[in-house]
Amino acid sequence: MKTKQTKHVDVYKIISVIIIAILAFTFAFPLYWIIIGSFKTSAAINSATPQWWPEEWVLDNYRKLFSKQTAALWDISIPFTSATFSGPTVPAAIRWLINTVFMAVAAMLLTCATSAMAGYALAKKRFVGRTLLFSLIVCAMALPKQVILIPLLREMASLELYNTIWAVIFPIVGWPFGVFLMKQFAEGIPGEMMEAAKIDGAGEWKTFYTIALPLIKPGIGALAIFTFINSWNDYFMQLIMLTSTKNLTISLGIAKLQAENATDFGLIMAGAALAAIPIIIVFLIFQKYFTKGITMGAVKG
Amino acid sequence: MAKQNPMSKALVRRETIAGYAFMLPSLIFFLGFVVYPMIQCVYTSFFDATMNREDIFIGLANYKELFQDKTFLGALKNTVVIVIVSVPITCIFSLWVSSVIYDLKGFACSAFRCIFYLPVVTGSVAVAVVWKWMFNNYYGIFNYIGTSTGLIEQNINWLGDERFALGCIILILLTTSVGQPIVLYVSALNNVDQSLVEAAEVDGATKFQCFWKIKWPQIMPTTLYILVITTINSFQCFALIQLLTSGGPNHSTDTIMYYIYYNAFKLYRYGYGNAMGVVLAIMIALLSALQFKMAESK
Repeated sequence: MKTKQTKHVDVYKIISVIIIAILAFTFAFPLYWIIIGSFKTSAAINSATPQWWPEEWVLDNYRKLFSKQTAALWDISIPFTSATFSGPTVPAAIRWLINTVFMAVAAMLLTCATSAMAGYALAKKRFVGRTLLFSLIVCAMALPKQVILIPLLREMASLELYNTIWAVIFPIVGWPFGVFLMKQFAEGIPGEMMEAAKIDGAGEWKTFYTIALPLIKPGIGALAIFTFINSWNDYFMQLIMLTSTKNLTISLGIAKLQAENATDFGLIMAGAALAAIPIIIVFLIFQKYFTKGITMGAVKG
Repeated sequence: MAKQNPMSKALVRRETIAGYAFMLPSLIFFLGFVVYPMIQCVYTSFFDATMNREDIFIGLANYKELFQDKTFLGALKNTVVIVIVSVPITCIFSLWVSSVIYDLKGFACSAFRCIFYLPVVTGSVAVAVVWKWMFNNYYGIFNYIGTSTGLIEQNINWLGDERFALGCIILILLTTSVGQPIVLYVSALNNVDQSLVEAAEVDGATKFQCFWKIKWPQIMPTTLYILVITTINSFQCFALIQLLTSGGPNHSTDTIMYYIYYNAFKLYRYGYGNAMGVVLAIMIALLSALQFKMAESK
């Protein structure tokens, strides 16, 4: 009787796994189609019968992508002067990639530094107004961040940050998810260790730096990779804040290509591959930390 | 705090100063770029605001206009449809997938989890442009598969047809929103108290009973969190609309988020857009509160 039952359950399981495997293929298919499409000839792309596997592999689409528009490799302006140092002229797509990497790295570093300190304070310091601040943070997280687009836009314009990469970075850093996540990790710091440090005469900063920071390192790793991937893909903020060709991110650049060459799917797929592949590689390498970031953020839910 | 260890006033002051010193860098960004814009959003919604002109106070006129604006009401309806269709499907689908894959041996579970997360990592723009190609009237694979298998008689302009456009958007949205719930559910199911499950199995409970009576209550907090985040995400569906249909054809895929963007960037009606933002935020807040209430009563 018992064996019969387990057998029945196993059949359900096997069928389910097969269905899920098929679904997984369909989920991965768009990505496959991007990569394959970017290497197809324009004849293969513009035929009504799709080639599931390209008969001929060409680099035309990438060549076109890198010859479309140009921009300086970098522009560094000195504050309060009109002096600007521009790098050599390169294909705009390369500049877009550099902008995106700069944006994601800056957002990641700033978020990690500010959140680690704030999360530590919220978890371990008993200060006046702590509960109020924490409830404010939780409430802000439950609201959709996109509704504040118009006020943000006007604020950035009045700060003269509009159409600079900082206009994208600062709202990402301000988003309190990181603080929330770091608080979860910092709660695990044993109080005795901090007491011991205090008795040894360590100041506030030294206690944080030598005791707390090493203990919350895995959390910082999770937050870092989470912020990097999310800011790389945060199309909305980039769209409203950045306008000139040289300031675009790779996502915006692809959207622009798409608007200008609506039916040149080969070119657009080459752009999409350029935008997606780097971030997918980062994701696959740091997958473990990333998963941790997602699950830890939900613990308190 | 006074109960646990009586702290002197000097200590309280020291802790407060240290606490705020550690909070300061984060607070500057949080107050400056999240809280301040939120307050501004509510405040400006009572004004007629546009570019290069002082805002004019008009009281509730924006809100009054909002509920007579046919386009806004249409966008509201589409947004509600997206939420009602996509949230339950996302939750049920990801729970089913997770319950099957969470105890698979070795590599398989994380491989599946990874694949279902891929569309999220790929990024909304890359996802949108490839789907645009797949849905294309002439070169898209959907039309090819449909006509060659005889499911459809002639090519359909999927994204350009009022009857199908919103459905297509929801389909794409679904593929990009199950990744995170699956990760969360797999981890929650792995954390279920195994001794209870074993005890129930000894008592002769079926797998289904085990799931419903023991695992389900334990993963309830995760379900609640997933409900809240998927609801917020579906309300904010924007990139797909902006890149694929621009709200068309004939406003059939307008969403509130897209309409706010449209008012801000095409009509420069900042006050009106903010009023919409406030309405959207209130709707999401009410819905989240309702979901919490429902979860509590269970």
